[in-house]
Amino acid sequence: MGAIYILWLRQLKRYFRSKARIVGSLGQPLLFLLALGYGFGPIFEKAGQGSYIQFLAPGIVAMSIIFTALFSGIEIIWDKQFGFLKETLVAPVSRLKIMIGRTLGGATVAIMQGIIVLAISLIVGFRPVSWVLVPVSLVVMALIALLFTALGTAIASKLDDMQGFQLIMNFLIMPLFFLSGALFPLNQMPPALLLVAKLDPLSYGVDGLHYLLTGMGALGLQMDFLVLAIVVAVLLFIGSWLFSKIEI
Amino acid sequence: MASKKEYAIEVRNLTKKFGSFTAVDNISFSVPKGQIFAFLGPNGAGKTTTIKILTTLLKPTSGVMAVNNFDPVKNKNEVRESFGIVFQDPSLDDELTAYENLEFHGVLYRVPKKILKAKIEELLKFIELWDRRNDLVKHFSGGMKRRLEIARGLIHRPEILFLDEPTLGLDPQTRNHIWSYIKNLNKKHGLTVFFTTHYMEEADRVADKIAIIDHGKIIAQGKSSDLKKKARKKSLEEAFLKLTGHKIRDEDAGSKDLMRMNRRLWRR
Ligand SMILES: Nc1ncnc2c1ncn2[C@@H]1O[C@H](COP(=O)(O)OP(=O)(O)OP(=O)(O)O)[C@@H](O)[C@H]1O
Ligand SMILES: [Mg+2]
Repeated sequence: MGAIYILWLRQLKRYFRSKARIVGSLGQPLLFLLALGYGFGPIFEKAGQGSYIQFLAPGIVAMSIIFTALFSGIEIIWDKQFGFLKETLVAPVSRLKIMIGRTLGGATVAIMQGIIVLAISLIVGFRPVSWVLVPVSLVVMALIALLFTALGTAIASKLDDMQGFQLIMNFLIMPLFFLSGALFPLNQMPPALLLVAKLDPLSYGVDGLHYLLTGMGALGLQMDFLVLAIVVAVLLFIGSWLFSKIEI
Repeated sequence: MASKKEYAIEVRNLTKKFGSFTAVDNISFSVPKGQIFAFLGPNGAGKTTTIKILTTLLKPTSGVMAVNNFDPVKNKNEVRESFGIVFQDPSLDDELTAYENLEFHGVLYRVPKKILKAKIEELLKFIELWDRRNDLVKHFSGGMKRRLEIARGLIHRPEILFLDEPTLGLDPQTRNHIWSYIKNLNKKHGLTVFFTTHYMEEADRVADKIAIIDHGKIIAQGKSSDLKKKARKKSLEEAFLKLTGHKIRDEDAGSKDLMRMNRRLWRR
C-alpha cells in the first residue's frame, strides 16, 4: 500500500507543479467546444439532432481525459531518459505495484482534467440530463482514464524516446478518438463505419458518458461498462507485463 | 573457500553480451562482508554493466552470482532489500524537492515513518542540504544532486552499498567528507561497499581491495600493495599501466563512450 500510495502521490505532485501543462491541456478541449460547438451547432440543429454543444460536451470531456491519461503513461519515457526510473526499478517493490501506483496516479490526474472540462462545458451552455447521474459518469471517466494510462504505459515500455510518440498519436490515438462517436452520433453513421466504431473501445467510453450526461446513447450502458472493464483489465495486464520486461 | 556466509558479493564466470559485443567477459571475484571493494577501470570497461547485473537491472548472459547470499536473477526482491545504490547517471526526480526524493525512497523501502523522518533529517544535515530541503531538485547544482543521491542510497540502512563513480563532479573537500562518512559506516556497522572509479588515488586510499577491469576482463585483483608488488611498481598508476598496457584515461577511448560521458555531464 505504501509504495502504491507514494507512486500515486508523485504523479499528482508532478501534475500540480506544472501549471503550463494544466493550462496547455485545457486549450484544446476549449477550442473544440467553442469552434465545433458554435461552428457546427446550426447545421446540427437543422438536421434535427438538437443542440450540438449538448451532444459534443461528453466527447470533449473524454478527449481531455484520454490525452492527459495517455501522456501520464508516456511519462515513463521521461523517467527513463532522466534516470529516475532506475530508482523505482531497484526498489524491493514488485513491478506490478509500481505499474498500479503509476496508473492510478495518471488516471486520477486525467479524471481531474475531465472534471475541469465538464465544468467549462457547463459554462459554455451544456446541461446534464440529471445531476444525480453526474457522479456515476465519474466511473466511466475513471475507466477511460485507466484504459489510456495503461495504454500509454504499455507503449512507453517499448519506446526509448519521444520520437515514436507522434506516430502513436497520429495512427492510433487520433483514429480512436475520431471513430469513437465523440464528434458525431453513432446512430447516424453508415453501417461500415459503425462496425469500425464498435471495435474502438473508446466508443464505449464516449457512449457511456452520453448515456449518463445526456440520456442518449447507442450501444447500451451495460455493454459500455462491460467492454471498458474488460479492455482496462487486459491493458493493465499487458502493460504490467511489458513494464516488467524493461531493462536499462 | 571460506564458508559462504562471509561474502557479501560473490561472482563466478560472469559474462554479459550485447549482441555480439562482450561487455563483461567471464569475470570472477568475491567481496567479504564489511569490505570496501573498488572496481578500477577506464571508460567502457564494463563497470556499470557489472553493477547493473548485480543490482537486478540487467540479466547476465551467463555466470553465477550471490548478493547477500541471494541470486540477483532468481531472488530479485531479497537482493533489492539488501543494497543501496548511487547510480553513475542522474536518478533523482527533478520535479520533487530534496526532502520528497528521500521520502519517496524511504516509503518504497518500507522504512517506518518516525525512523524515516529522523533519518532524512540526519542525512540532509550531514550533506548540508537541510536548509534547502524544500527546494525542487531541478534548481540544485550537480554536486548538490550527487550528495543527495548518496544520502538517498543510505536511507534504508542497506547492508551493501553500490557506488558507481560516486564522487564524479564533486570537489575534493566534499569527496573527503563523504568518504569519511562512508568509511565510518563501514567501520561501525560493517557496511560493505562496492564502488567503481576512474580515480587511482581514490581506489588506493579508500579500498581494502581493488580489481582492475579492462575491456570486460579483470586483469588483476588484490590489495593495492599486492597489485604494486605484482607489477613491481611503486605507484598504483604505474602498476595500472604495466598491467593493462595503457593509462586509465586512454586517448583512444571509443567515441561512443566519449559521447556517453559528454551526455552524462550535460545532464548535470
Ligand atoms: N545497453 C547496451 N547496449 C549495448 N552496449 C552497451 C549497453 N550498455 C553498455 N554497453 C557497452 O558495454 C561496454 C561497457 O559499458 P559500461 O557502461 O559497463 O562501462 P563502464 O566501465 O561503466 O564505463 P564508464 O567508465 O564510461 O562508465 C561499453 O562499450 C558500452 O558501450
Ligand atoms: Mg560506468
